[in-house]
Amino acid sequence: MPSIEELERTASQVRRDILRMVAAVNSGHPGGSLGCADFFVALYFEIMEHNPKQFQMDGVDEDLFFLSNGHISPVWYSVLARSGYFEVNELDTFRKLNTRLQGHPATEEGLPGIRVASGSLGQGLSVAVGAALAKKLNNDNRMVYSLHGDGELQEGQIWEAAMYASANKVDNLISVIDYNGRQIDGDVENVLSLGSLRDKWEAFGWEVMEMEGNHMESVVSGLKSAQSLTGKGKPVMVIMTTEMGQGVDFMMGTHKWHGVAPNTEQLENALGQLQETLGDY
Amino acid sequence: MEQYEAKDMKDTRSGFGAGLLELGESNPNVVALCADLTGSLKMNAFQDAFPDRFFQVGIAEANMMGIAAGLTIGGKIPFTGTFANFSTGRVYDQIRQSIAYSGKNVKICASHAGLTLGEDGATHQILEDIGLMKMLPHMVVINPCDYNQTKAATIAIAEHNGPVYLRFGRPKVPVFTDENQSFEIGKAVMLHEGTDVTIIATGHLVWKAIEAGKALLAKGINPEIINIHTIKPLDEEAILRSVQKTRCVVTAEEHQMHGGLGDSVAQLLARKNPAPMEMVAVNDTFGESGTPEELMTKYGIDTPDVIAAAERALARKASTPEMA
Repeated sequence: MPSIEELERTASQVRRDILRMVAAVNSGHPGGSLGCADFFVALYFEIMEHNPKQFQMDGVDEDLFFLSNGHISPVWYSVLARSGYFEVNELDTFRKLNTRLQGHPATEEGLPGIRVASGSLGQGLSVAVGAALAKKLNNDNRMVYSLHGDGELQEGQIWEAAMYASANKVDNLISVIDYNGRQIDGDVENVLSLGSLRDKWEAFGWEVMEMEGNHMESVVSGLKSAQSLTGKGKPVMVIMTTEMGQGVDFMMGTHKWHGVAPNTEQLENALGQLQETLGDY
Repeated sequence: MEQYEAKDMKDTRSGFGAGLLELGESNPNVVALCADLTGSLKMNAFQDAFPDRFFQVGIAEANMMGIAAGLTIGGKIPFTGTFANFSTGRVYDQIRQSIAYSGKNVKICASHAGLTLGEDGATHQILEDIGLMKMLPHMVVINPCDYNQTKAATIAIAEHNGPVYLRFGRPKVPVFTDENQSFEIGKAVMLHEGTDVTIIATGHLVWKAIEAGKALLAKGINPEIINIHTIKPLDEEAILRSVQKTRCVVTAEEHQMHGGLGDSVAQLLARKNPAPMEMVAVNDTFGESGTPEELMTKYGIDTPDVIAAAERALARKASTPEMA
């Protein structure tokens, strides 16, 4: 098991990958990707039982992860590559013609690690619930994880799935909300307030916990706590507080880097703030 | 003409229910989901026999499509059931992204398609579903014609690895196809070999085409009648072979003219073998309340409409100079 410090070093490299990927094609979504880097690293390098070298679509006897807010594909691609699903050099093809690393995650080109397309928001929780139900039918005791944007919770389908999962005791599911409070048009509070997230999810019958998402030790211990809440008749929701743009000072505290790539100068500035730990691709 | 008799009157949705039950017994990976229309979709028998493999999702069709996509990841073969309207237009983006683009092995089973839903009116009478679904890459689109064929199609699609849209209906209609037929996806069924005009029909219009064929024969016109149960992939070879012989064609369907079977056939003929063509379909309008038979008549998709269309096609052929 990697130490917290090793995980942090991996997260630093993942943040460099994210910035270099989006800068290379002058498109993509760095803000949310940077904010979720610690979560992805903890999940893939510490928390999940999975088999990067031999990707199987059905994922039998493996933990599964679904990214519902597909636009933060850069962080997922980096972590998939760094954990061995495909060659790190393939990150260089992100968003380019004939790539397997589509703008939003897809299965069409056969990229290992991806089990469903996402991008159009609000669909991933339903898919995760379906995968969790299949695990129960197959007597497969591994877990299903999913990640959702906070703005994404404005989509109605999320609440259909929320209602279903608790009513049917889908308790092999850990869902996480990236609670960074920002979306394309501004602060979530101003675009369409979510009210009390904890109250909403509790009212929908979920076991709810909160977690600091940009502190590696908190993420690892938080996800382990979430695991201990599974198997008790309720789906588990982790409200994960993050900072959009985390790790790059000029990208933090604003929604403006949701879907904007840094220019050459900004990239240089940003990379100067993040240690190259595993070697750039 | 071959003797096609209405051996019985049954609804195609009951053929789906019977096929699903058989699949439940023969294939342990088959699971079923329904959005609060279990009785209407005739899924009760499956639910009773296999309660652990049946998922009642409530009135939440978007969630149903997503759950179905997720179930495939664990190797299941999900059959979703609701009305055609709620199986397609209501959940188009969920089907597009989570099922079609993701290549998921979901069988979208849709009842109460078209005008023959009847008295509930236009809110529920979807006439655009074939078009919506055939436009999606990877999607197979099937519209069987009677109880036996719907049952056979239901069983056959479980063997196809990929998304399928299976469309059927509410009313009791003549049962005239073989009880033990083999169903081959994408393979046209020749009902009557003729020489004068090709009539290509799908779904409930196949029986109307047979009735029209009898009337045409009595008038001295020998039509070739083809049952196209699979709109996508279209059996291009069978259609072209027939039209090369008859040199004019009629399509008949319970769907909008835009986007339906006729649209697919017209595209094929325009590219490969232009010929005079008439379409029996609903012409860019919504339906309304009424009995199925009243609606078929009012909206021009009944037996006399097929006969008239065949005569128009023949007249156009007669006035069209031979193509080089």
